Amino acid sequence: MAHHSIEPQVTVLPPDKEKIKRLWTVAGILGLITAVEFAIAFLWPHGVAKTALFVILTIVKAGYIVGEFMHLRYEVKVLFWAILVPVLFIIWMLVAFVYEGMKMPVFL
Amino acid sequence: MGASYGKLMMWFFLLSDAFTFSGLLITYGLVRSSHPAWEGVREEFVFSTEYWPIPERVFEAVPFLHGISLPLVFVGIMTFVLIMSSVTMVLAVEAGHRMDRKAVEKWMLWTLLGGIAFLGCQAWEWTHFIVGTETATIKEVFNLTTGIWDKVPVTGANLHVNQYGPQAFADFFFFITGFHGFHVFSGVMFNFLIYYNTVTGVYERRGHYEMVEKVGLYWHFVDLVWVFVFTFFYLV
Repeated sequence: MAHHSIEPQVTVLPPDKEKIKRLWTVAGILGLITAVEFAIAFLWPHGVAKTALFVILTIVKAGYIVGEFMHLRYEVKVLFWAILVPVLFIIWMLVAFVYEGMKMPVFL
Repeated sequence: MGASYGKLMMWFFLLSDAFTFSGLLITYGLVRSSHPAWEGVREEFVFSTEYWPIPERVFEAVPFLHGISLPLVFVGIMTFVLIMSSVTMVLAVEAGHRMDRKAVEKWMLWTLLGGIAFLGCQAWEWTHFIVGTETATIKEVFNLTTGIWDKVPVTGANLHVNQYGPQAFADFFFFITGFHGFHVFSGVMFNFLIYYNTVTGVYERRGHYEMVEKVGLYWHFVDLVWVFVFTFFYLV
């Protein structure tokens, strides 16, 4: 009979202060960018420049989430590129479709 | 590849899920750009089915503050809640690396709370969107029997009518935020499973907390999608 009730010896390591501090910094940056987006939404007139700025800020936020929270920045390079390259095609798709949409107006 | 099989597969699943969400959001862009936009001043904006609405005038209600125009405030709170629950998730992952069971339990509970709070907010937002505002929007509907255009008052929105703008706007709202909300719901389920396994010591006996990391990837992805939904649906 095996001794199933034996509890494993677990060594709990102390918190990695530096890592935790960096995670909170990233959270702060994400919050700050959202606050900036919020301000721009009301202070700037609508237009291409505003939309472009929103898209850039969103990509910056996405970069922080994927790179730091999802740890992709620290993974092996093959995985990093295997995820990033297909995503780049989405930008092409977005531009192509929005351009098509502007060319074919809906008549209400 | 240096990454574990499970993590690798989670990444590939998330990539395919990213394509699905891109499909939805890009179709939104296509349909929106093919509709006429509101050309006037923001303050004078009124709802009409003739042009695409300005999102900040659609989403300006906050619970308990009836009648006060607070554009995008509630959705801003929802964004904050989701970002915070992403932070607590990554702190749970960090605790898992250190085999610190108590800390994993603590941070998983906070993550669960964030997810449930977000779902609650979304239920509130949907209810408000479906019920509508106090003033109805007049929609012109062709009457087949009389052969004239009837003026029909419309309040609220569903998949048949929409007081805020063209029908497609409401349809996209339900599909995009609904599909994301369903992801959040699934995420809460997964998070609960992880929490349960942590409490019962499954990962401690296994010798590692990699499951926390894998489900964490999914949870961050849900947050990531929300960042894009927030921009393309609510801000632009």
